[in-house]
Amino acid sequence: MEFIVDFSKILLATCRDVLPIIILIIFFQLFVLRQPIPHLRRVIIGSIYVVIGLALFLAGLGKALFPLGKIMATQLSDPAFVYGTAEIVTHANWMAYGWIYLFAAMIGFATTIAEPSLIAIAFKANEVSAGTIKPWGLRITVAFGVAIGISLGTFRIVTGTPLYLYILVGYMIVIVQTMSAPKNIIALAYDSGGVTTSTVTVPLVAALGLGLAATVPGRNPALDGFGLIAFASLCPIITVMGYAQLVHWKTKRTTKAMEKNNAL
Amino acid sequence: MIIALILKKLKNALTDLLPIILVIAFFQIVVLRQPLPQMGEVIFGAVLIVIGLSLFVQGLEMGLFPIGEAMAQALARKGSLFWLLCFSFALGFSTTVAEPALIAVAAEAAAIAGQGGLIDPSPDSLNRYAFGLRMAVAFSVGLAILIGVMRILRGWPIHYLIIGGYAVVMLMTIIAPEEIIGIAYDAGGVTTSTITVPLVAALGVGLASSIRGRSPLIDGFGLIAFASLLPMIFVMGYGLILFR
Repeated sequence: MEFIVDFSKILLATCRDVLPIIILIIFFQLFVLRQPIPHLRRVIIGSIYVVIGLALFLAGLGKALFPLGKIMATQLSDPAFVYGTAEIVTHANWMAYGWIYLFAAMIGFATTIAEPSLIAIAFKANEVSAGTIKPWGLRITVAFGVAIGISLGTFRIVTGTPLYLYILVGYMIVIVQTMSAPKNIIALAYDSGGVTTSTVTVPLVAALGLGLAATVPGRNPALDGFGLIAFASLCPIITVMGYAQLVHWKTKRTTKAMEKNNAL
Repeated sequence: MIIALILKKLKNALTDLLPIILVIAFFQIVVLRQPLPQMGEVIFGAVLIVIGLSLFVQGLEMGLFPIGEAMAQALARKGSLFWLLCFSFALGFSTTVAEPALIAVAAEAAAIAGQGGLIDPSPDSLNRYAFGLRMAVAFSVGLAILIGVMRILRGWPIHYLIIGGYAVVMLMTIIAPEEIIGIAYDAGGVTTSTITVPLVAALGVGLASSIRGRSPLIDGFGLIAFASLLPMIFVMGYGLILFR
């Protein structure tokens, strides 16, 4: 019974999220475009699937994953677990937080694989590139980026180093990569930074960041708790372009080798 | 036939969820050495996630992608730049302004600014601050989609725009108040929701494929990148105007 109430609330919230889009589309169809939408029935059924599917997905996350993930984040960042003693620790030792970095990386990777908006982008990229960009290839590359990003982000919280330094260095790397990366991957790489952080990743990662900032000695949750999401949207850009560069470089080398063989 | 299709969708969704299950199991059993609390609830939740994800993906292919592309193509055929830009701005603004993640971040940002003594800590002034922040972000996402659509129409190369944007972010980071920087960086990530992303992607790809000389892969993507870049600039700008 309690679940039905919860689910109805989530379903209502999802409908409210979709409402502005529906109003916008109806307005443009009626007043600007004045022409019927092709396969209207199918589109409506599909939209209902999206709303119900997303609501079920969110209800499942709220029931199973989020409480569990949050409990685990608090347990892992608890000083008693980190330092193995009940004594009060006044200075954070960044080497003691190994499990946190590993947890951050693994949970970042795993939640990104399940991120619905990334599934959508990977699907579209595969379709548009006529199959050369494999959906799983893109998703795994992006997930690696998020894993590195979140892990680095927790390291930053533990050490208390300023956020902007990391972001500025990240931007420099992106700019340098942009100059040499294959042209057709650049827009997609930039986009994959924005899609990684939505329904699944943000709540879990935010809980990890705030929990860590609250328990690491000398950190202030208000100042240090933010910024993990910024890491999670910056690093996938680097890994996606990096992967494309690697593939490009490898194919270039094999074609060169083949040309050499042909010449002989 | 249909049952086989449904089973395939469910299997795909289960594969998507598998990494999370493995990570949680590994940390619970090997590192924390504790049994999973409320096993029944967790399994029930996982079943819901799998069903929900399969429905969502099915709905994407049937509903969101076709409607996004149909709108993009119809607007391109109509040939009115004004209405196309109106649609782009409205899509960005309306889907962001009520986004729950943004409302939460704005409220939190207001609380921090109040504690830091940057603004008057009365509830009224906090609400005004949070509302202003939300408007700034929603406006910037609308503007971002508008600029992104202009880029597709004109065929501007994306990297000059993005690198220019990064340069602005770096400059503003130096002069913006420290309290707003973390929030500004995060604001870029939270603006693009699960329903907006497929629609915006379909809009970009649909436009790029209906204009001659544009490649859907090179020109069609990139709208989301703008939507995560501009909010950072606007939130820092909002902080600068308010605190100086």
